[in-house]
Amino acid sequence: MAKVLAADEVRALAHLARLEIEPRDVERLAHELGEILDHVACLGEVDTAGVEPMTHAVAMTLRLRDDVPGPCLPPLDGGVVVPAIIGGD
Amino acid sequence: MDDLTALTASAIAAHVRGRALSAREVTDRFLARAAQSNPVLGAYLLLDADGARVAADAVDARLARGEDPGPLAGVPVAVKDVIVTRGLVTTAGSRMLAGWVPPYDATVVERLRAAGAIVLGKTACDEFAMGSTTEHAAVGTCVNPWDPSRVPGGSSGGSAVAVAAGAAALALGTDTGGSIRQPASLCGVVGWKPTYGRVSRWGAIAFASSLDQIGPMATTVRDAALALEVIAGGDPRDATSLDQPAPSLLDALDHGVAGLTIGVPREYRPDDLDADVAAALERAVAVLRDAGASVREVSLPHTRYALPAYYVIAPAEAASNLARYDGVRFGHRAADATTLEQLYARSRAEGFGPEVKRRIMIGTYVLQAGAYDAYYRQAQQVRARIRGDFDAAFTQVDAILAPVTPTPAWPRGASPAPLDQYRADVFTLACNLAGLPGLAVPCGATATGLPVGVQILGRALDESTVGRVGAAIERAVGPAPRAPWPAEGGHP
Amino acid sequence: MTAWEPVIGLEVHVQLATATKAFAPAPVAFGAPPNSLIDPIVLGLPGALPTFNRAALELALRLGLATGSTIRRTSRFARKHYFYPDLPKGYQISQHDEPLCEHGAVDVWAAGARTQVALARIHLEEDAGKLSHRGATSEVDLNRAGVPLVEVVTAPVLRSADAAFAYLKALHRLVRYLGVSEGDLEKGHLRCDANVSVRPVGATALGTRVELKNINSFKFVRQAIEHEVARQIRILDGGGPIARETRLWDGAVGRSETMRGKEDVADYRYLPDPDLPPLHVDDATLAQAHAALPELPAARLARLMADHGLPFDDADQLTGDRALADYLDQAVAAAGPALARPVAAWIINELGRELAGRSIGASPVGPAALAELVGAVEDGTISGTVGKEVLAAMVASGDGARAIIEARGLRQISDVDAVAAVAAQVIAANPRQVEQYRAGKTTLLAFFVGQVMKATGGKVNPKLASEHLERLLASPGT
Ligand SMILES: [Mg+2]
Ligand SMILES: [Zn+2]
Repeated sequence: MAKVLAADEVRALAHLARLEIEPRDVERLAHELGEILDHVACLGEVDTAGVEPMTHAVAMTLRLRDDVPGPCLPPLDGGVVVPAIIGGD
Repeated sequence: MDDLTALTASAIAAHVRGRALSAREVTDRFLARAAQSNPVLGAYLLLDADGARVAADAVDARLARGEDPGPLAGVPVAVKDVIVTRGLVTTAGSRMLAGWVPPYDATVVERLRAAGAIVLGKTACDEFAMGSTTEHAAVGTCVNPWDPSRVPGGSSGGSAVAVAAGAAALALGTDTGGSIRQPASLCGVVGWKPTYGRVSRWGAIAFASSLDQIGPMATTVRDAALALEVIAGGDPRDATSLDQPAPSLLDALDHGVAGLTIGVPREYRPDDLDADVAAALERAVAVLRDAGASVREVSLPHTRYALPAYYVIAPAEAASNLARYDGVRFGHRAADATTLEQLYARSRAEGFGPEVKRRIMIGTYVLQAGAYDAYYRQAQQVRARIRGDFDAAFTQVDAILAPVTPTPAWPRGASPAPLDQYRADVFTLACNLAGLPGLAVPCGATATGLPVGVQILGRALDESTVGRVGAAIERAVGPAPRAPWPAEGGHP
Repeated sequence: MTAWEPVIGLEVHVQLATATKAFAPAPVAFGAPPNSLIDPIVLGLPGALPTFNRAALELALRLGLATGSTIRRTSRFARKHYFYPDLPKGYQISQHDEPLCEHGAVDVWAAGARTQVALARIHLEEDAGKLSHRGATSEVDLNRAGVPLVEVVTAPVLRSADAAFAYLKALHRLVRYLGVSEGDLEKGHLRCDANVSVRPVGATALGTRVELKNINSFKFVRQAIEHEVARQIRILDGGGPIARETRLWDGAVGRSETMRGKEDVADYRYLPDPDLPPLHVDDATLAQAHAALPELPAARLARLMADHGLPFDDADQLTGDRALADYLDQAVAAAGPALARPVAAWIINELGRELAGRSIGASPVGPAALAELVGAVEDGTISGTVGKEVLAAMVASGDGARAIIEARGLRQISDVDAVAAVAAQVIAANPRQVEQYRAGKTTLLAFFVGQVMKATGGKVNPKLASEHLERLLASPGT
């Protein structure tokens, strides 16, 4: 009995991920994603109280880079152009 | 020498440095083999014959001047197409990067070149390294050289095939959840995933940054060790690379395993384990005992959570890493977008294949504010538990022996449901989650002649012990022979 | 009708004064050709990885210490995801739930009183590129992308637009004092977003918060906040609810408009950056940041008032710029503490005029030289009027005050007999004015003083001259 995402949820996710999806793909994705989420739900069984999340494979601290300029790439030909933006972020 | 392509990388380097062979004749011969085999095997997405010859001539010129071109002098190397090469199209097997020419070299490529290696070309892989068959690729078909109807494994399938077929003496792969070890095992070659941080990721197109690691693929453990010595070592450009010198591995390979304790995890020997895979594992246990190691059972109790933890963490990081492919500065750009939103959504929909999109969606889901704690954070905590299992085991044993794949190479085009595909990595991905070194070595074959491998996992930074164990198995079992497909003049 | 109280918090992005970007060695510069300060990291090219700039950490630490913040010895970088053309990677590297600094405060002097504005946090992050709009397309310049910033976030403690403005000025002064930022407002080195809500006076719960973005100029801060407070009060007085939203301030028309509402509140999908291990601040780095701290501007202002008796406005003006305050301290040290007030006045008024807008660093008259001049005026060697002339000569020639005074014979005539003689001559030469004076038109005293000054080339102490004149004019027949 797999979890199935709602169609709206799939569309919202696709938007968040900026992936255009065909209406006919929504149902398939809802099913596939639901199955995967269902499979990973068993992670909740593991007692992780007090366990520090492992964000990196190796425990280390950040090395610092000296503030000395390095080489640049050639300037971008023709700049960076996108369709007009309304509003901002 | 009648077949140069049958030589090991170590032998080639020795002959070239001793001027018994020229880098140019070695390169020409491997280029010929690559060109001849590629229509059948599809190992290469791109062969850079001109660049390889120029590099080979430069190596020969250095030798003529009395200089030493380095430990990989004249060794032809194939590079997985998720590793960037300056001036050489790099696509990560994706339509998104069709025709993209990187303006810089990955650190590993720089180091290979500086050691005298000759880059022959770029090898096929699953798109952005997401897959276990090399079937999830935008272009080309890559097949297993032991049986072209079967998958070569993946995602570093092309690199494994190139080495197995004598179309490269060495190759680089990347391993995020088994992508070096798994195709190595299915193609009968050696594949070494180093400790996370051993090898710089600068220039490795990121799939899952906290799991990705570049490593060598070769016909022998010695060759893989030779390559690893060259590419390993801290890199100021990769903040996650360890401030450690490259390990000295070659001497250790001959030390044997007498006195070592090898653990076989109970959880990696399920009752329903494939008979051929189980047989390979038993073979390895037997040869290690014969060689003086003691072999015992260990337990890694959180093993069953490795696959789900991986399929939360890897997609989350992938969704993040792949956000840069937006059609704006490089990569595929939708032709007909009139608004910014269309430009984004359409470029990405057109540029990415279905498996990549699926993982982006999953990754996006688990990182949402409302899902983060239950999925992503929990997965990272489980990851810590998995690492804890290994730490505990390594207080009892010096290395761990395990199967690589649930079965030998399976037929192409099977396209099972995503989850069933993901299960192909069930034995390999815990190693990545824990950040440990893992070495796959050939360990026999099925009745129909398909190679089967085993893997040795070690303590962090203990490539040396891992290599010793792998070399001991190799000595006893022998390296897998040259793959039969395609025969030099036609069919085998 | 209900009386309303505004509650304001500011988020200020401050550009750190580094030579290279936060996570890339590409240089930072202003005015370079578009898209030229780029490398694989800034462009977010496949395979590129970030490395963190030591100078950015040091500057952020300096600001953290100067604000008395708690420094998190292990902080983290997180990826903040959103798609926008000025954001090459599709995420901004920022700090999320484990920022470098928390719980600090900025000392603010306003209208002669010293207060503290509590900070919630100061975190490190990278800037985005710059977008410009050209009809059907928008263009991105990535030169600014990746430039290191600190985001300085206040607690919701400001209660008026004026208080917000005073805080901003204090923060601006502080970051320049510390060398944390060049603080050039024209170049966008400080950019401000404001969170504004109102609540009934006396209430403790906060009202619905509106985020005002794009207050790109300091001069708009007061206007934008006042406008937003008034807008909210108008809605509340009309019985309406305030919508939780982000509004964009348009300085050109003095209005804000909705940018996005609550329903599309962004989900940034924060992720601890797997490319960047935790940022650890070791003892040595922290000690170094401590050592780099100068006397802070608010404390310095207080000292100038307390030790030197300077009026608030003078102390405020002189601490507005660290070099100016350093100049004052050096001049006072040379002149002696008793002369602090006249030294301050000479710097503000006369030296300021001579510099005509140039910075104090460009002054041809050093602090010791100015002290010498002020000393000469104060000990009566020359008059204040002659002092201005001497200052002009110092600026022109680079010579010292006393050398100019001697060379030009400007020493004031303080010999009583000599002054008396000149006064007598002046009186004798102007019988008509003497008559008028004695008839009661005593304002003519200034005329006689002027005549004395004219006759002596201004070298007579005017006070001494008027004393003599008054005495002589008062006794007819002399
Ligand atoms: Mg903010
Ligand atoms: Zn910010």
